Amino acid sequence: MIKAILIFNNHGKPRLIRFYQYFAEDMQQQIIRETFHLVSKRDDNVCNFLEGGSLIGGSDYKLIYRHYATLYFVFCVDSSESELGILDLIQVFVETLDKCFENVCELDLIFHMDKVHYILQEVVMGGMVLETNMNEIVAQVEVQNRMEKSEVSVQCQPVAELISG
Amino acid sequence: MSDVVEKTLTALPSLLSLDPQPGSAKLSSTSKLGNLIRGITELTSKHEEEKLIQHELASIKDQVSSPNTSMMKELMVRAIYCESLGYEASFTYIHAIKLAQQGTALEKRVGYLAVSLFLNESHELLLLLVNTVLKDLQSTNLIEVCMALTVVSQMFPKDMIPAILPLVEEKLNHPKEIIRRKAVLALYKFYLIAPNQVQHIHNKFRKALCDKDPGVMTASLHIYLQMIQENPEGYKDLTASFVTILKQVVGGKLPMDFNYHSVPAPWLQIQLLRILALLGKNDQSASAVMYEVLDESLRRAEMNHNITYAILYECVKCIYTIHPKSDLLEKAAKCIGNFVLSPKINLKYLGLKALTYVVQQDPRLALQHQMTIIECLDHSDLIIKRETLELLFRITNAQNVVVIVEKMLEFLRVNTDDYTTIDLVGKVAELAEKYPSDTMSTVFSVGGDMMQPDIPNSFLKLLSEGFDSVEEDRKLRLFAVDSYITLLQKEPGKLPQRFLQVISWVLGEYSHLKDELEPTVVLKLLAKLLDMKHTSSETKSWILMAMTKLCEGGAEVSVVREVSETYSSSMDTVLRQRAHELQYLSQDSELRAKVLLRDNGLRPLEVDSSLSFLDGFVSEALAAGAAPYKPPHQRQEELAQAKALSLEPYGLSLPMSMSSCSITDRQSPTLLSMSSGLSGDSAEISHKGGSTSLKLDGVKRVWGREGYLPQRAAVEEAAQVEVPCTLRSPSQQGDADSSHSQTPTSTPTPTEPDPEKQQLASLFFGLSSQSSVCLMGKPEPTPHRFRRKAKGVTDPTSSSLISTPSNVEKLLCNNLLDSNIASELAVSSAKQITELPQGLKTASSAADEDPDRPKDLCLISHLPAELSELCHSEITPLCTIQSILCAVNSCQYRGDVLIQTPFNHLHQVTHVSAELKKSTQCLSFAHSDVTFPCRPLTVSTEEYGTMWLSFSHDTKQNLTLIGDGQEALTATLNVLKQKLQLHVVEIIGQEGILSCRLLQDQPCLMHCRVHAGTLAVWLRSPVPDLPDCLIYHCQRALQEY
Repeated sequence: MIKAILIFNNHGKPRLIRFYQYFAEDMQQQIIRETFHLVSKRDDNVCNFLEGGSLIGGSDYKLIYRHYATLYFVFCVDSSESELGILDLIQVFVETLDKCFENVCELDLIFHMDKVHYILQEVVMGGMVLETNMNEIVAQVEVQNRMEKSEVSVQCQPVAELISG
Repeated sequence: MSDVVEKTLTALPSLLSLDPQPGSAKLSSTSKLGNLIRGITELTSKHEEEKLIQHELASIKDQVSSPNTSMMKELMVRAIYCESLGYEASFTYIHAIKLAQQGTALEKRVGYLAVSLFLNESHELLLLLVNTVLKDLQSTNLIEVCMALTVVSQMFPKDMIPAILPLVEEKLNHPKEIIRRKAVLALYKFYLIAPNQVQHIHNKFRKALCDKDPGVMTASLHIYLQMIQENPEGYKDLTASFVTILKQVVGGKLPMDFNYHSVPAPWLQIQLLRILALLGKNDQSASAVMYEVLDESLRRAEMNHNITYAILYECVKCIYTIHPKSDLLEKAAKCIGNFVLSPKINLKYLGLKALTYVVQQDPRLALQHQMTIIECLDHSDLIIKRETLELLFRITNAQNVVVIVEKMLEFLRVNTDDYTTIDLVGKVAELAEKYPSDTMSTVFSVGGDMMQPDIPNSFLKLLSEGFDSVEEDRKLRLFAVDSYITLLQKEPGKLPQRFLQVISWVLGEYSHLKDELEPTVVLKLLAKLLDMKHTSSETKSWILMAMTKLCEGGAEVSVVREVSETYSSSMDTVLRQRAHELQYLSQDSELRAKVLLRDNGLRPLEVDSSLSFLDGFVSEALAAGAAPYKPPHQRQEELAQAKALSLEPYGLSLPMSMSSCSITDRQSPTLLSMSSGLSGDSAEISHKGGSTSLKLDGVKRVWGREGYLPQRAAVEEAAQVEVPCTLRSPSQQGDADSSHSQTPTSTPTPTEPDPEKQQLASLFFGLSSQSSVCLMGKPEPTPHRFRRKAKGVTDPTSSSLISTPSNVEKLLCNNLLDSNIASELAVSSAKQITELPQGLKTASSAADEDPDRPKDLCLISHLPAELSELCHSEITPLCTIQSILCAVNSCQYRGDVLIQTPFNHLHQVTHVSAELKKSTQCLSFAHSDVTFPCRPLTVSTEEYGTMWLSFSHDTKQNLTLIGDGQEALTATLNVLKQKLQLHVVEIIGQEGILSCRLLQDQPCLMHCRVHAGTLAVWLRSPVPDLPDCLIYHCQRALQEY
């Protein structure tokens, strides 16, 4: 299970924080800081896996991260997840963001934090991997976006069409 | 694709600089959120940020309560932003819920998102959301249903699950696959937080597994993975189905949509392989079904992409987990080889992990890759290094331990991560314990104060208990003394506290082994430690104890006197106590010789946890009018009862005579110093009360061990410890070299004097020389290990009073009664001694007056020889026995010290008197373990009820259960019934009632309840001491069982 998904920039500023296991607010901030501390001092040519620090749950937990230019994408998972699988899931997530925002950049994540959350919700639901197919994810998000554009409550019929289309 | 992302992300810094640029046009720069973010990026200090956010929150607060709802969405996003920076915006929570409840679909979405980010499962506001979720689950709008399911799987109050469960279940039949899929995951979440609530829908899970949509099936695998992990036996029948599914997936039968980089549904494959591994573990028939598809997966996963490696890795793990099949193992081994040798660092990491996983079954694999492993040891990535060490840890044996430990220590020196350090120090300590060598000093100085506290303790235990060979023990101890002296002479200021404690213990204990070493030298070194500023008081007391052991009179007295004077007025009570001990013992060599035995005179020390040697003392104190001891729970109860009127201060008020205080109020630090000053080092009694922080596990054993097991360790093992690693016989050299030639990578020539390679050779030395024979099978036979001496098992019979009293007992008895030594004791003890005759008189007169008894005094003359050995001065036996009899008769007696085992004697005597009463003459004390004179008391439940209410004296305690599960209570009660002849009145569910009587007419009732894995026992009786006495016997009966 995925315990937390953290996105922060090279300076440790959180850009998206999603915990799937409850931690108190100050604990969350501490986890973010510690994770950043662990991840940021690693070169780009070392492996993408880290044994979890003592904070988030000990030896059963792993940090799996990718570093894209200014952003770190860190998934904190337990032993029931495959390391390489999660690594590719991060890639899928980032590619999806890229598609949805048309050349995603850090500012997109800042100003459209809510949208990023919606996209993430289609990938990971309650700590479980829901969908790994980028096209599916994008389709789901687009359904919601159209709802936004029309600004009217979408009824069952059109949505069904959208999903099947 | 990732290149594109990276390019765009590289362009970011320029975007972030806040000059108006075309790139930022697409961002809603005019929005309030935009302003906020802009503001924050301009700030330089944390303080300014705080101010800005507080301001922002205030403005959100203003607007959020205004009825203008068009702003709500944006306000929520701003609140989310503030929260993600770590600022609390709790006032928005209720608005988020409201938004989810009442808003339009879009607002609902923001509301749900905010709720799921702000709240947690146990937040009280969440209850307000239940209705909204219920409504949305029933909505015809698919998006609303999706939102509800998403929020439910993120968090939902456990007790409210039944309310929505039927609706979620219903969604399993929904025509849209995305809804079905989310419903499955929501149910999985329910299964995780409340497994019993979804028990009835297991067959619906099966339906989901067979869903026509592969996405739904994939989601259901989450559930199955979890359930199979918990109970593999229950799902064996699904093995074939999982195999079929995997076969279809691998065979490319899924729609193209499921391909990822042209690998068919890789995540699904990973999940299935994990499930298969769980099912095939230790199950030959289930494994047999899998072989074909595993082979197929291995073959298909040949493309060079990350995700295929993920599948391969799972495949390999699965193959090594299930019942082995040789050709598959071979292929898997090749796969591992590819991982380990891969230039990609992630794969190398996984390869090492896989090696670690399989190396216990097949150490040859490690041998094959030894060169790579060696390279990994020097890898720049700490994670890789650590993983390698983990692998090495698994293949450690007597031959390579030195090199491996060396490597670990090397890593520890550069490592900065606390977590890793603790973990690794533990491992090194474990190795050092298994294969003793001189590495512990380094461990202590490197590991510092971070290591687990049990590591130094177990090291000291190891040192004091020793191994099989006496000579080797001596050498090891000598070595320790030598190296520690050297360390102290250098720069002791840099050593961690834990290490200093270990050092002072070892020096105190073993420095006499080194003949040429003057105690004064050691004492001076220790005194220097005491003077150092950062020495903690815990360490100081270790040092003082070491000094106590060291001073033998003569030249060192001056050092000692100075130290003890300094610390005898210390504010720290423990230190003060130690200082007093030191002072007294250094002045009286006779006493010292009795208390501190050198281990050459080792005799088994029976630690009398019952403190029976204090019987006389206690009875005397009682006779002198001291309040009887009350167990803590009773004290608390009384306190609670008294609370309505008086507040605490009276609770502990006791006659302030020395004699009673030292028994009943053992927490009192000043008085404690007297009693534990004598026993502090040798018996554990005093530690319970006074010294809170000292861990003396190791200490007391020194005197407690008899000679060592006479088994001799193999001679070369002894040599191993003394001369590590560098010496190798030619044949062994040959072996090591031949192992090199097996490696796929560069092979070092045997003559190469490269130290690196030598080390390599010694690293795999153990593996290569025995790999084919020994390591393939079971772990090495015992000769490779230093066998730990079996712990002395306390003989149940010896704990009774009849056994020979230990030195400490004798000493204490003597001390308490013998006025020669009494001069050393605290002033008040003198008073106690003068009180003695008086107490004795009271005791005997009480006995005389008791009408129930025939002449108790004459009883003593009837006592057999064994019993009169109880204590060693002339008066004590008389006094002890009488007063105990008194205690039984007058029921005044309640000393803590006696409540535990001394009831042994108590009822022995009771027994005797009972027998006397019946005019039977045979007093058999041949066996010291007289059973509790208890008879079953047959009563009905109703009678029991009335009796229970009428009895006034009670005690409560938790006992251990025998067995587990439903039958535990019955089993435990049966044991009690058999052993103590209790009568089981009734057992109702998890509760049981029993009854018994002592002799003719002293009933005792027992009420038991199973609670949190223990048996909560409540005893009641009209006789004051009987409950305590019986509880002790129950405890013993259960222990013996």
